[in-house]
Amino acid sequence: MSPLLHARDVRVTSAAGVLVTGIDLRLAPGETVAIVGESGSGKSMTARALTGLLPEGVHATGRLELSGQAYDLAAARTPWQRIRGSQIALLLQDPFTSLSPGHRCGEQIGWALPRAGRAAGVARLLAEVGLPAEVAERYPFQLSGGMRQRVAIAAALAAGPGLLIADEPTTALDVTTQHEVLELVAGLQRARRTGLILITHDLRLARARADRIMVMYAGRLVEEGPAAEVMDRPAHPYTARLAACDPPVTHRLPALPTIPGSVPRPYAVSGACAFADRCDLAIEACRTAEPALAEVAHGHAAACVRPSDVRQVVAPSAAAVPPVAGPSSALLTVRGLTKRFPGSAGPALDGVDLEVAAGEAVAVVGESGSGKTTLARCVVGLERADGGSVEFGGRATGPRRVQYVFQDPYSALNPGLTVGASLAEALRAAGRPRSEVPGLLDLVGLPAAYARRRPRALSGGERQRVAIARALAPGAEVLVCDEPVSALDVSVQAQVLNLLSDLRRDLGLTLLFITHDLAVARQVADRVYVMHRGRVVETGPVGDVLGAPTHEYTQRLLASVPAATRAE
Amino acid sequence: MNRAVLAFALRRAAATLALLLALSLLVFALLYLAPGDVARNLLGTRNVTPEALARIRELHHLDEPFLAQYWWWLSHAVTGDFGTSIRTGGEVGPLLLDRTGVTAATAGLAFLLSVLAGVPAGIATAVRRGRPLDRMIVAASVVGVSAPGFAVGLILLYVFALGLGWFPVYGTGEGFLDALWHLVLPAVALACGLGAFVVKLTRAAVIRELDQDYVTFARGRGLSERRVLRLVLRNAAIPIVTSLGLMVAYLFGGTVLIEVTFALPGLGSLMEESVLFKDIPVVQALTLVVALVVSVTALAVDLSYLAIDPRVRARAVRR
Repeated sequence: MSPLLHARDVRVTSAAGVLVTGIDLRLAPGETVAIVGESGSGKSMTARALTGLLPEGVHATGRLELSGQAYDLAAARTPWQRIRGSQIALLLQDPFTSLSPGHRCGEQIGWALPRAGRAAGVARLLAEVGLPAEVAERYPFQLSGGMRQRVAIAAALAAGPGLLIADEPTTALDVTTQHEVLELVAGLQRARRTGLILITHDLRLARARADRIMVMYAGRLVEEGPAAEVMDRPAHPYTARLAACDPPVTHRLPALPTIPGSVPRPYAVSGACAFADRCDLAIEACRTAEPALAEVAHGHAAACVRPSDVRQVVAPSAAAVPPVAGPSSALLTVRGLTKRFPGSAGPALDGVDLEVAAGEAVAVVGESGSGKTTLARCVVGLERADGGSVEFGGRATGPRRVQYVFQDPYSALNPGLTVGASLAEALRAAGRPRSEVPGLLDLVGLPAAYARRRPRALSGGERQRVAIARALAPGAEVLVCDEPVSALDVSVQAQVLNLLSDLRRDLGLTLLFITHDLAVARQVADRVYVMHRGRVVETGPVGDVLGAPTHEYTQRLLASVPAATRAE
Repeated sequence: MNRAVLAFALRRAAATLALLLALSLLVFALLYLAPGDVARNLLGTRNVTPEALARIRELHHLDEPFLAQYWWWLSHAVTGDFGTSIRTGGEVGPLLLDRTGVTAATAGLAFLLSVLAGVPAGIATAVRRGRPLDRMIVAASVVGVSAPGFAVGLILLYVFALGLGWFPVYGTGEGFLDALWHLVLPAVALACGLGAFVVKLTRAAVIRELDQDYVTFARGRGLSERRVLRLVLRNAAIPIVTSLGLMVAYLFGGTVLIEVTFALPGLGSLMEESVLFKDIPVVQALTLVVALVVSVTALAVDLSYLAIDPRVRARAVRR
């Protein structure tokens, strides 16, 4: 079959150096290729290079063949405006920001259509993405995230492109919405024979949705092949270890496998395998030359000198989880909590009861709008509930050693203060001396020298460690963690989850863990509360609830997890 | 929906009225904040005789309580009767009316010039961010923002009126075209700082919108650069209009110095003369007029949000 797209030797460079080194990519009509990688892998830059939308100061070279026509990526005359829309369309991650706030949805979809019959065309496209025609009259802010992403898909398809490049199209969506949107895209692909390049950090999603997977690391293509082949028989140690970092939703691991170290900058490595420094298999040959992509099976290639040894690296550990000490007396008791925000349609909290015993880890799972974050904020007093009670150690008032860990480690730390100053400030609030800063850093696995750094110089995982250290500074007994790992890469997420479980064991910490990710809840918690529209719909030991859910909503949540959809 | 929008507009208008009322109380209190005896102050340079003082006290109801005096003053002020000027002895109302034309024309012309030049220049620099034209205009606008209007006015006078003789040195001229010709230099002097400010804020607003995801997405689905720019301008209009409203207040501050520099008989120079002469009734009237203009502009800006920003419209309706 003649390829829809054939990109050769795509190279992206910035003033700092090379960001993507010579990627080849082929795609047939109707085919889905997933480009998988962590932040800094160059996957988004590749997508931007293929659409001529690189940021200022970043340039691409290489050849792009589209339906038989060849273009030079470096040439200024490449007719991008003609290519984009009618041949390639780029769909972005966040449906909240990818539509103009000041224009009606119908207008935004219609711009790519000819003026005559525009209204009918918009209605047809809306019907195709499963939205009623009156959405055309709405503004984006009046729609839910899933509906907005549907509008964006309709707008992307308006000019009838043969190829859709979707950059993390569902990362900002809830798991059930994510499932619906991906099903919609799959259906559209079948109907229109559209090729899809799916840029994602989520290996499970890539496996469930893609025909082929390309794994990128530090600007390099390290492995590519059929989706099942790459996932079941990885030939590059990075793929194998990244897959292992992804927590399973079916059982709990004693500790999550991690990858030590962090991703190097693409231009910082030369004449060696970029993964060598973090690889257990690395031998002399890995450090003297960069391994080339070589075929290991039909259509399956990896850039590794020891592809056949890769499978030994990650022995799945299915050891039984040691039982956590039996629940003692309740430390935190929430009764009948209600909260309604002015101007909202329904209550954020509608009579929530919750109990956390000392030393226990309790997860609250739910989608956006379920009230889980409002609950967490009410517990620590960041929000005042309309009714109900929050008791700590059996008392409604008095000193509460509860601390909060926020979702986004980038905005949770004061950028103007050094790490040491931030921690000292938190210590001072509890009347403890500054000299305890190195101890705190050690507790979260950071070297004492980090006290002098500012948050800017830290990676996302390191910042979240600092945020956890700051929460521990006043001697907190209960840590309320609001999606603490959802902004982090998978391998970093595993490190932070392991840290939390170590802290729990060593300090007897009690955790109230808010998350949308059932697999994360599985790894972290002893008991789980499932929230839906401000109510707790199901609760119990995490194994029972996620293993044999009784409530219809919990079942729906579980069915939407990408791994589960691949059960056939 | 429309009724809700109307209700919102009425609420905002009522709030503006309340603000003006509070301001008028402050303005009236000016009379009492000035040092010395109120009656003597009101007499100014006229002969201070017991009869004159008694007449003034009766005329201004100075023996009645403060609030009654305020009410008396306010009820006349709303009809345009601000009392008599101490300096000229004439009615304040007609005096004000007489001077308004020049100021309104100068300020209006300056506002128009700065917006008509500043907004397109700001857009041009934002689109060509980092290129030579951008750097040049940004550098020029830094100079414009930092140069005081009266200094620019003096330079303009020296070069274009005295040196080249293209424009008159002072006066207001006869007839429409001649009047316009007389107002060009003052308006340009006033517009320099203002226009530079408009360039900077337009550039910032447009650049912020250009960096948004929806711009990348619009380009990513093949929309033309013209369409993308229209998209951006629609969303950038919100902060720009807000700031234009704020500029009206700035205009009144600037016009005082400009009118003095160009010897224009406007409200600005009247303000200067009246303050120097402690002509309290005139100062009161002027302050109230400026407050009125500024708060009505703020009201207009608020109402224009309803037209520009659908999110504000939705919030206004929900409340």
